[in-house]
Amino acid sequence: MSEAMAPTAPVPLPDPDSEEFWAGCKRGELRMQRCTGCSRMRYYPRPMCPHCQSMQSDWVTVSGRGTIYSFVVCHPPVLPAFAEKTPYAVLVVELEEDSNLRMVGGLLDHPVDEIEIGLPVEVAFEPLTDEITLPQWRVAKPS
Amino acid sequence: MLKNATAIVGVGQVEFSKNLGRPERTAACEAIGAALDDAGLSPADVDGLVSFTMENTSEVEITRNLGIENLSFFSQVGYGGGGGCGTLLHAAMAIAQGVCSTVVCWRARNRSSGGRPWAQTGNRVAGDFQFYLPFGLLRPADQVAMLARRHMYEYGTTCEQLGSVAVTFRQHAQRNPAALMQKPMTLDDYMNARFISEPLRLFDCCLETDGALAVVLTRAERARDLKQKPAYVMGAAQSTGPEHVVMANYHKPNFLETPSVYAARDLFAMAGVTPADVDCAQFYDAFTPLVLFSLEEYGFCKPGESGPFVEAGNLAWPNGSLPCNTSGGSLSEAYVHGMNLIIEGVRQIRGTSTCQVENAQLSLVTSGAGVPTSAVLLASEA
Ligand SMILES: [Zn+2]
Repeated sequence: MSEAMAPTAPVPLPDPDSEEFWAGCKRGELRMQRCTGCSRMRYYPRPMCPHCQSMQSDWVTVSGRGTIYSFVVCHPPVLPAFAEKTPYAVLVVELEEDSNLRMVGGLLDHPVDEIEIGLPVEVAFEPLTDEITLPQWRVAKPS
Repeated sequence: MLKNATAIVGVGQVEFSKNLGRPERTAACEAIGAALDDAGLSPADVDGLVSFTMENTSEVEITRNLGIENLSFFSQVGYGGGGGCGTLLHAAMAIAQGVCSTVVCWRARNRSSGGRPWAQTGNRVAGDFQFYLPFGLLRPADQVAMLARRHMYEYGTTCEQLGSVAVTFRQHAQRNPAALMQKPMTLDDYMNARFISEPLRLFDCCLETDGALAVVLTRAERARDLKQKPAYVMGAAQSTGPEHVVMANYHKPNFLETPSVYAARDLFAMAGVTPADVDCAQFYDAFTPLVLFSLEEYGFCKPGESGPFVEAGNLAWPNGSLPCNTSGGSLSEAYVHGMNLIIEGVRQIRGTSTCQVENAQLSLVTSGAGVPTSAVLLASEA
């Protein structure tokens, strides 16, 4: 397959709400939007806090540690860009800062038949394009 | 009041097919014509049309073809497969308020020959999609499997229990000549099929079908004078639930909650009945786990008990406590965004199902549970 024919994965299109999230990933920081009214973090980023309706928010860098809350293992047929990765895992990760913050992400470098709910994971930034870096996950090394 | 103000008086459909060989607008006209014939009505009686999104035919296409002079009411319910029963709610509200008198709700969809929506994912993904599609959580099967895995973890639900749903609905399909899947299927067949998105296998996933279907609603008083036994709209509801993300609905406080729990609350409140009064149900079964979630959220079993409930044979016609998806459903009859489930719900009230529940008085139909949803209760008496 020529370079021009290489199938492309879907690439996130940042918007005014998500710009800082994706910029953080590119810098190697997992950034969460936080309400300055009630101090709660929220994901996905959005203009208004659903708890106190404040439209004021800032961004904080979180630890990037969490646990696997649920997961799937994807088999064909998938988009051509993912075909060579099958079977591959996708996780829902619960962040350690707040059990209500859950993120979807891939799992790197781990056998798909050795995944369990509750496994500790840490974020792993994986460049996708010049502009976009994806927050993926790795099983955390025992400390 | 909406309760029993309207009734479904006509149903129509074209054949289900892997490749219908004609455009959706053609099939839509055929299905609507059949539904009007069934009711003993004509296009001149129709002054309202309601569809739901992912519909490829428009109101004006329908009016131009059927020769409908004017629509006093038309609306489109959002969220694709979640909106099917919502069309009945919109139609019933418009009729009950006197905005219009007779409404057709329809679905025409060449989903088999027309291709998979997820396979047409663009190179750039915006809005909510940017937070899950790029990680490979691409297909509705993946998005539902994520919920199923957690249900298994929390409650011990098993693959065999999911399989029993698929096997039961296949048995129902085998009695229905219109159903696409007539081949017998055992639990072994189910377990031996390939994985699509673990923990889901091939037969956890619905069919891909071309088809067109329509139903006609009118005022209850008028319904009594028409050709068919009316299926009264005793209750109808829509719901979103909190913090919804379409298909990757993982961000509300209770991960396993779906919008159905809110639709159920409003539906039973409007109708003034309880789940124990329901004689049969058609649950939106794009994927088997949705049936388990719906059994719990519509109140037929407690949270976590749906696995043992289905395994015990409760969904099977004729001996189960709640015969479900008696035409074979989306898994084994046809996948047309649940419009076939509505028509089967009507057949149960009329007494014409190929898996007829004896003396069915109250028939529940639900729409897609992984998205903002809707549901309807149909009754034989107003
Ligand atoms: Zn706030």
